[in-house]
Amino acid sequence: MKYAYYPGCSLSSTGVEYDISTKKVAESLGIELWEIPEWNCCGASSAHLTDHLLALALPARNLAIAEEKGLDVAIPCAACYARCKATEVEVKDSKEMQKTISEVIERQYTGKAQARALLDVFVNDLGLQSISTLVNKPLKDLKVVSYYGCLLVRPPRLGFDDAEDPQSMDKLIEALGGTPVDWAFKTECCGAAHATTKSEVGFPMIEKILTAAKEAGADCIATACPLCMSNLDMRQTQVGAKYGKNYSLPVFYFTELMGIALGLNPEELGISKHFVDALGIVKKLNEAAGRRDTA
Amino acid sequence: MERIELTAAWAEGQEVLAEVTKESGVRASKCYQCGKCTAGCPVAFAMDKTPREIMRLVQLGLMDEALQSQTIWLCASCDTCSTRCPREVDIARMMETLRIIAKRKGFVAEKKMDLFHDLFLKSVEKNGRVHELGLILGFNIYGMQPLKDAHFGPSMLLKGKLSPLPHTIKDNGEVKKIFANVRKRGGKL
Ligand code: SF4
Ligand code: SF4
Repeated sequence: MKYAYYPGCSLSSTGVEYDISTKKVAESLGIELWEIPEWNCCGASSAHLTDHLLALALPARNLAIAEEKGLDVAIPCAACYARCKATEVEVKDSKEMQKTISEVIERQYTGKAQARALLDVFVNDLGLQSISTLVNKPLKDLKVVSYYGCLLVRPPRLGFDDAEDPQSMDKLIEALGGTPVDWAFKTECCGAAHATTKSEVGFPMIEKILTAAKEAGADCIATACPLCMSNLDMRQTQVGAKYGKNYSLPVFYFTELMGIALGLNPEELGISKHFVDALGIVKKLNEAAGRRDTA
Repeated sequence: MERIELTAAWAEGQEVLAEVTKESGVRASKCYQCGKCTAGCPVAFAMDKTPREIMRLVQLGLMDEALQSQTIWLCASCDTCSTRCPREVDIARMMETLRIIAKRKGFVAEKKMDLFHDLFLKSVEKNGRVHELGLILGFNIYGMQPLKDAHFGPSMLLKGKLSPLPHTIKDNGEVKKIFANVRKRGGKL
């Protein structure tokens, strides 16, 4: 299995551990990722608020490069995925738009190279069965709420999962030996850049999600988006201080949880780069497994 | 009593409405005002007009009121409303288009948010990618809050999460050309 790989800007800075764990896990699973050479920013989440054509053209250049190679594009970041998918669909829907965009990017893009969410690739192309056979450190007794965020499964006609009650990440957690916990905030929006640009709006949005995860009895949150990660992890203490709460809720990229279950070294997966300690819970998991082995 | 010139205001509203409809492809007349969009909107608590109210203003051609609202800036583009609307109105796309037109007309209800997105795109045009450190610094300096979130800086650098220098892509000329070509087609960037 081979895909073009579009990491996007966040994965080379705030979300660097998402990039690291994606690459390591793909390698362990035998999925080849060809990083699009000299990829450009897809414009999420600013271009679409400034100019619709620009919002379509920026992702189109990356898709066009993948199309030349005859590859679909695997995209970890939910925001980048949503923008790339929107471009693919508009180009497929309208010959006129296809022509306009190809003129703007000065490359050919016909919609043949598809934008695929990395989660979709793992769960639906490779399959849960194949993943579970490779698990050697199951996430036993780890209670995980899957946080898909707002962009991964919307709009419904573009999505690979149910837009209101998606299941793919929950099923993945189960395949990794963990315990998926149901909750009502799977697709609730974290406010994206609002926490930076207008915290009186962004912070309450983050607070609601963290509180809901806590109330659901989760040990941790799994996410597929670097912006969600920044809001829930980096800002967790800040938001907690504002509302007088101590959440102590580790947040993982789903790829990190995959890596742990596949037996990869948590440090090498980048888990030490989180703001809320996440290594502790992994250590506990391993200790419990050790006790089971000797028992 | 003050005389209000209704006909002229109506005509102007209709003109802007036509512009919004053409650019967004969203037909506001389809909305039957059930309020489901507002019920699910995660930002409704902070908006001066609810998503349903915005749709009503657009239906009535009261475009200035819609364009001057804070709502169109606070919308987080999460698509919850569009996903749930029983009339398949793409409200999120309407919000996005209203915002683009508001900016064109010089109605910017949320200056800081606007600044953030401008700096973001400047960074993309210049480097081909977003330089997050530059973006945050620029945003906080221009936004007159130089110390906001500064406490995250040192640990971010240590964790290898912020690079002091921008990543500039080699084929950056191509990205610059994309911006230029969009401008040639009338895009106001
Ligand atoms: S959900 Fe749709 S029909 Fe109902 S008020 Fe909102 S836009 Fe109108
Ligand atoms: S897209 Fe905007 S208006 Fe619609 S639900 Fe999300 S924040 Fe509210």
